[in-house]
Amino acid sequence: MGSPYWIGRVTEAFLAALTKEELTYLSKELKREPNRLEKEIIAAEWSEHCSYKSSKKYIKKLPNEGKHVLIGPGYDAGVLDVGDGYVVTVHIESHNHPSAVDPYGGSSTGVGGVIRDIISMGTRPIALLDSLRFAPISKHESANSDSGWLLKNVVKGIGDYGNCIGVPTVGGEVEFDASFADYCLVDVVSIGIGSGKSTVRNTASWGDIIILVGGATGRDGINGAAFASKKYERKERSAVQIADPFTEKLLIEAILEGIESDIIKALKDLGGGGLSCCLSEMSDNLGLGFNIELDQIHIKESGMSPIELMISESQERMVVVVDPTDAKEIGQIFRKYGLRFTTIGKVENHGNLIIKNKKRIAAQLPSHLVANAPLAYRAFKKPAYLLDLNRRQPPVFSPLDLSDTLFLMLSNPTIASKKWIYSQYDFEVGLRTKLQPGIADASVLRLDNGKHLAIKLDGNSKHCYIDPYNGTLGCLSEACRNITCTGATPIGVVDHLQFGNPENPDIFWSFRQAVKAVTDFCKFAKVPVVGGKVSFYNETNRGPIKPTPVIGAIGLIQRGRPVLEARLKEGDTLFVIGNTLEELGGSEYYEFVHNFTGGKVPRVDLKNDQTNRNTVLYLVNNAKVSCMHDCSKGGIATAISEMAILGAVGFELDVDRIPNSCLSLEGILFSESHSRFLIGTQRPDDLENILSSVDGLIFSRIGKASNAKVSFRNEGKCIIDTNIHELTFHHNAIERIMIK
Amino acid sequence: MQLEILYTITILIGEFLSHTIHPMERIGIVVFPGSNCDRDVHRALNHDLKIPADLVWHANSKLSSYDSFVIPGGFSYGDHLRAGAIAAHTPAVEELKKKANKGRMILGICNGFQILVECGLLPGALVTNKSLCFICGWTNIRVETNTTAFTSLLSLGQTIKIPIAHGQGRYIVDKQILASISKKNQVVFRYCQNNPNGSTDSIAAVCNEDRNVMGIMPHPERVPAFGIGHEASLIFRSLWDHLTG
Repeated sequence: MGSPYWIGRVTEAFLAALTKEELTYLSKELKREPNRLEKEIIAAEWSEHCSYKSSKKYIKKLPNEGKHVLIGPGYDAGVLDVGDGYVVTVHIESHNHPSAVDPYGGSSTGVGGVIRDIISMGTRPIALLDSLRFAPISKHESANSDSGWLLKNVVKGIGDYGNCIGVPTVGGEVEFDASFADYCLVDVVSIGIGSGKSTVRNTASWGDIIILVGGATGRDGINGAAFASKKYERKERSAVQIADPFTEKLLIEAILEGIESDIIKALKDLGGGGLSCCLSEMSDNLGLGFNIELDQIHIKESGMSPIELMISESQERMVVVVDPTDAKEIGQIFRKYGLRFTTIGKVENHGNLIIKNKKRIAAQLPSHLVANAPLAYRAFKKPAYLLDLNRRQPPVFSPLDLSDTLFLMLSNPTIASKKWIYSQYDFEVGLRTKLQPGIADASVLRLDNGKHLAIKLDGNSKHCYIDPYNGTLGCLSEACRNITCTGATPIGVVDHLQFGNPENPDIFWSFRQAVKAVTDFCKFAKVPVVGGKVSFYNETNRGPIKPTPVIGAIGLIQRGRPVLEARLKEGDTLFVIGNTLEELGGSEYYEFVHNFTGGKVPRVDLKNDQTNRNTVLYLVNNAKVSCMHDCSKGGIATAISEMAILGAVGFELDVDRIPNSCLSLEGILFSESHSRFLIGTQRPDDLENILSSVDGLIFSRIGKASNAKVSFRNEGKCIIDTNIHELTFHHNAIERIMIK
Repeated sequence: MQLEILYTITILIGEFLSHTIHPMERIGIVVFPGSNCDRDVHRALNHDLKIPADLVWHANSKLSSYDSFVIPGGFSYGDHLRAGAIAAHTPAVEELKKKANKGRMILGICNGFQILVECGLLPGALVTNKSLCFICGWTNIRVETNTTAFTSLLSLGQTIKIPIAHGQGRYIVDKQILASISKKNQVVFRYCQNNPNGSTDSIAAVCNEDRNVMGIMPHPERVPAFGIGHEASLIFRSLWDHLTG
């Protein structure tokens, strides 16, 4: 039985993924010509997606040591010690290419993949967060209806998968920008919890057996990794995998039961590159060899060739290594859950990956060679567009009514309420969700030792496009600020660096700038990078996406300490910490209201940033405040409105009391300067005393919560006069756009 | 860690005592492949409400030794075919039907409600929400009858705050059955203020004619952990009162 015609077609495209130099290097190392199957296995593992060949040498230098870090980047998930014998695992992944072709299938399999990384460490997944990016959505522009379709189906895909497996989706962020036209970014973070002793040992010895468990292997997702390692073409739908959350749920329970019985010696999930990547990386990590028999694999359809079996990315599969004496017990567990499994091979001492088909050796490759692609050296240069943007002066905008501007800002989908999205996710299953989505600056989860874990994802493609270094620094500061607002001390960050084609020197320069920013911030703030991911080739025929590093900050709240929301309460007096500068470059005000790209983006003063965050942490911990909110996208006017909308109360704000070095009223209201916090307190005099005692701290008492009325006053005049119902109405824009 | 040990010891002592005092009075939480609120119900009952309950795998022969049951929420058998349809045809549910006929107590929550409807222990059907979207959030329900073992500690007409999370939670019945269940006072809770999923007559929970089997779409087990709306815990407390009183 021959393969369908398209298999031949895509695999040919795949072979092209190996460069001439890589083929020469391969033949030299093997001292012979590799056969077709060997080339396919290598091509899967050496794809940018699996090998990080362009980025490895840079991301290896990121600071990754800290007192909470047990296992840093490089494994399936980072492992953090949260005390009392408990560990927390965290992992970030994207599924951009597949989601752009098939938003439902792509986003749901993205969730599945990151969940299996958490199980691979022997921990139970307890939460999901997602960071999404689309082209602008609007009720009136039918030209943009594509992005509405993508948003709707991505959200449904994430929801259907997470809801079914019973892992709550507790938070995330969404950004809309024209550079994501015909495309989308879908980043998923998963958190796991376990006890220190339950984490998988990942050791094996000669004679151990290798079991493939879970979904059957089929022709779906053939070449997914290679597909993600080049420019996106919509026609490659066959490269997207099919999701089966029910099997994933069974896999979670069965694997955790196996770990509890202490019979699983090594464990790895199958993701990009399928068996090729999983088996080569696993045997290389163990420092041993694998003998694999392909005829044993349980398959979805007959007639699959060895190549298809080795590179299929069918979902919900894991490879488990157990001692032969435990084979019966693990089999019983898998059978209890109705999972299909087959023994596909044995652990050997030879250090090779040997693939047998019908008892004959079909491929024989040194694991170390497969798992370690030759690094690619990429040229870089500062892109010309940056000089252009920096020179560009903002035009003189015709003055808009400030109330209308505020309404427009609040209805901007990037800023507007995300309730339409998160109400489709079961965010409470598992009983750990301390704060519902939307009511605080970060998601907060209850841990089994009485402590709480805070986590927040942040990205800003508009800032990063105009200034990759300062933009990235801003994302780190913002993510850390957000978890600080809830009362958490940062214990680690994960980074997901998403760019266009790394072979383009302009893009590679931006990538290096982002890495430098992560290094600088993490070194200064002494926060380790505990995991990360690089995703290149995010391009369509329209060109590359804007550089989009997404940062996830993870923090710990000690036992008995308060967990703070952003909800303004009646009787609260409002304070601001931090200075507002005329930093409107890349702001939602320039981009969304005036459709202007350019100018200077906000810069982070690392020392001030740290001082302000430490002050805020002190305030939260000592219960002097009733709510806390970070000031970021949309500026101070938006941030205060958000707090008021959450609390369903109005407020009076004295704009002239906001500390600033701005040239315009719009600058004060909408500039996105970093390191600023908004605080509500019932004890304003006490707070003022504390804040005055902090050396060099810029702060001011700027207003107070009132009844339903909202007024912004400047130099004795009321410049914005509205009420909380009006603000709430505009803030619900996404719901109005999506529910037609 | 110490907390956990203390917790385990408390559970063990509780288990010992309850076996000696009321050998039968332990609630069985029936776990199907794909159930995902099982651990939440277990925690709410044992840890928060101090009601002894065990997780019981559906195929475990121990199931028949229990006399009262909670069928938790989740996606049993992946919601394949229809939510609850496959679980409704398992030997475990056959066993539950026998127990129900003997007057034993069964509470189905969310997917558990769907299973009870699918297996015929409760009238009506549960279909996709009117919005066609999964919905998660908090809502208010009103007590429509307190003459069931699940609501005896609540007051008639009382409004309680409770979380919902479902894709197929729209309860539908035809006019005839609606008239019949209304007449026999089988509607236990109704959504009030708004009807989140488009259920017939805003019905959120129903019981059978004998009043020993109840299905409820919202999630009372989520209430104790979040420290809001503790009234919803009275559903479990009423049940426990009935079993031990």
